[in-house]
Amino acid sequence: MIILFFLSSGLFLGWSLGANDAANIYGTAVGTRMLRFKTAAIVASIFVILGAVIQGAGASHTLGKLGSVSTLAGAFTVALSAALTVYWMTRMRLPVSTSQAIVGAIIGWNFYTDNPTDLGILTKIVSTWISGPILGGIFAILLFMLVKRIIKKTSVHLLFKDIIIRYGLLVVGAFGAYSLGANNIANVMGVFTSAVNLPTIDLGIIQFDSTQQLFFVGGVAIAIGIITYSKHVMETVGNTLMPLTPEAAIVVVLSQALVLFIFSSQGLSNAIQSIGLPAIPLVPVSSSQIVIGSIIGIGIYKGGKEIKYNILGSISLGWIATPMVAGVMAFFMLFFVNNVFQQDVGGNRTLVLDNVIEQKNNNVSNSSTYDISDSLMHSKSALADTLASSPNVSVTEESDSIVSSNSILLLLAIAVLITAIIILIYRLQQKNKSAEYTLKQAKALENRYKLKIEQLEKSIEGKMQNHVDLGKELKFRQSEMVTMAISIIHKNEFLDNLKKEVVKIKSGVKDNETRTHLNKLSLMITQDLSIDRDREKFQMHINEQNSSFIHRMDESFPSMTENEKRLASLLRLNLSSKEIASILNISPKSVEMNRYRLRKKLKVEAKVNLTDFIRNF
Amino acid sequence: MSLLYKNVKQLVFDIDEFIDAVEQGVLVFKEGVVNYINGEKTSFADKIKRINRLEATADKLQRKIDDQFYRHSILPQNASDIEHMLDKLDEIIDIAKDNLYQFGDELPFIPKELKSDFIRLADTSVESALAVFPASRTFFREPLKVKEMLSKVYFYEKEADKISRNIKRKLFHEIKDLDLSQKMHLRYFALHIETISDKAESLADMLSILALKMNI
Repeated sequence: MIILFFLSSGLFLGWSLGANDAANIYGTAVGTRMLRFKTAAIVASIFVILGAVIQGAGASHTLGKLGSVSTLAGAFTVALSAALTVYWMTRMRLPVSTSQAIVGAIIGWNFYTDNPTDLGILTKIVSTWISGPILGGIFAILLFMLVKRIIKKTSVHLLFKDIIIRYGLLVVGAFGAYSLGANNIANVMGVFTSAVNLPTIDLGIIQFDSTQQLFFVGGVAIAIGIITYSKHVMETVGNTLMPLTPEAAIVVVLSQALVLFIFSSQGLSNAIQSIGLPAIPLVPVSSSQIVIGSIIGIGIYKGGKEIKYNILGSISLGWIATPMVAGVMAFFMLFFVNNVFQQDVGGNRTLVLDNVIEQKNNNVSNSSTYDISDSLMHSKSALADTLASSPNVSVTEESDSIVSSNSILLLLAIAVLITAIIILIYRLQQKNKSAEYTLKQAKALENRYKLKIEQLEKSIEGKMQNHVDLGKELKFRQSEMVTMAISIIHKNEFLDNLKKEVVKIKSGVKDNETRTHLNKLSLMITQDLSIDRDREKFQMHINEQNSSFIHRMDESFPSMTENEKRLASLLRLNLSSKEIASILNISPKSVEMNRYRLRKKLKVEAKVNLTDFIRNF
Repeated sequence: MSLLYKNVKQLVFDIDEFIDAVEQGVLVFKEGVVNYINGEKTSFADKIKRINRLEATADKLQRKIDDQFYRHSILPQNASDIEHMLDKLDEIIDIAKDNLYQFGDELPFIPKELKSDFIRLADTSVESALAVFPASRTFFREPLKVKEMLSKVYFYEKEADKISRNIKRKLFHEIKDLDLSQKMHLRYFALHIETISDKAESLADMLSILALKMNI
């Protein structure tokens, strides 16, 4: 039970890692509905645990070299500092990574316990923070080129390609989850490996040593984080971090998985060493930063226009700020745990009370008199002073009372921490609920607006089409009118010529009867010229087509006569005076006169063309 | 996943069948116009029946495809675009059917001088649509090749425009022995036939944009 309590900070770290980093693996797949969350969560959970148990030791070993936290209380405090740093920095919207927080917390532990920090190991770790995203970017470029080439060369049906991509996302995601478990379990349980020693479980074929059991528990914590909280992260943060097509998402997740795998595989490191190359440092790296590196890699390949370079600045800030905050927090928390809760935090700072008890026990066995050592004299422990001044009290009773008061303090601390965790989880749930509600509202609003925009677009499209159709219709009508006008002109010209011919024939004919007939014919032609049905039809047509124009004219120039309106309508058709004369069956000279009158009535200046004025009216 | 594979296989088959139905519908339309112009009443009535059947099949298939896309969340990012594209394909057969029905209902009088022009217009307009179908099929397999397949669509659309304009010019400038109402009636029929190539052009525009969108 006590072990579980001490592991709780690591488990909390694991939970938050699962909740946040699963979005890097399945964010796009779930966000774009290529995979169901349920499938993604189950696969990710299984493979995270497998990765942690099978391949988690390498990166954890390197962290151990940086600082081997040998007591449970120390490991608990280090993990708690890292967890609180991650939580606080996330709340402050600062770039943060669990890997960098745990390293900072371990260095803080080193400082507090006067444990020397191996600069060589530290350099190795920091170099992987920088090389991780760069490597991710390089892998992303190469894989992106490969995927593009494959897509170009194959002619798989789009719908079958969709299935392949789904499988691809699932498989690559499983690999990503495995690598995440293998690499990042060190962040979660790495600090506990030296402090906890569990008996090996023998299942016949497989044996689970203490570290693997710890990693299994840590893996389960990550899996719980994935199942309980990652859906929300995938739906909110996941898509904003990776607004990618599913094909590009495969590339990004695979790059990330490869980098995480490289920095956690002992076998690969050994293989590289065997061919004479330097060993790969097995270090926990930030999956989010590798993802950002991979996305930037794709951006560079595409021309680099869409890259937001300020994100690189925020990553660099994370490299410095996270370890510093975690280190300082770990230092103070260790001081607190060591001096207030009287817990041994490991290293060179062993518990003062232990010294006291040990000393007294030695004294009991060796001599009957109490000799307070110099070191004890230097101790500021009031309890030790009491013990020194009361030699008649039994040592066993004293040590029992100290242990019992310690246990009360410990239980109190457990209660406080459990309450704090419950409050934290409650607040997170509340926040989650309100965020979910806001998200739902925003989605509903977005959908409503989308619908409105679609409707508006459709109506605009319809209106535009109407406009085009009306334009066509108008052109057609105008051409119809012109055609009609021309046919009237031709007809009238013909009748006019016919009339002239009749007059000519009449002048040469002396027979009275024939002359009478010719007169009748001439009269008929004249009548037809003046009462032309076609012309009437045309006039009706003109009036109908120009109704709005005539209305406007009426409003602006109320004194206009019907003839003037007719003339204006004909001028609007861009007909010449001669053509108008033919249509109206008047002489061209009369048309010119009418034009002059119209110009005066419309108050059109001499330099302005009357036809243009009317057409633009 | 095997169930998804089975569904997708069926969906691919349905999409192909849908495009086939539209393609056949357009061909039936062309034959129907020729039958009408040549006065082959029985064949024309048969074409009306056939296009009606094909249009109903296309509608049924389209509804099924829509349903499958949403039910199995297939191509979630592009489903709406694809459905829009299928809508445009469906519009072609809808218009072909409506036009053929209009021939049957309104019985336009086509003078001898314009018969060959109307047949040529129907032929060219249909050619434009026929050129867009292979591009629609290729879109599902090799989206990058779609653009180069669309030039024929634009060519035939322009040709159809020219022929239609020519018919209208002839109607209003050269042919004297028709009433204005008859001229206007025929003018609308020229416009109706031409609309098929316009719709094909609109689909071609959409396909070229979609093909670009598909490029990662």
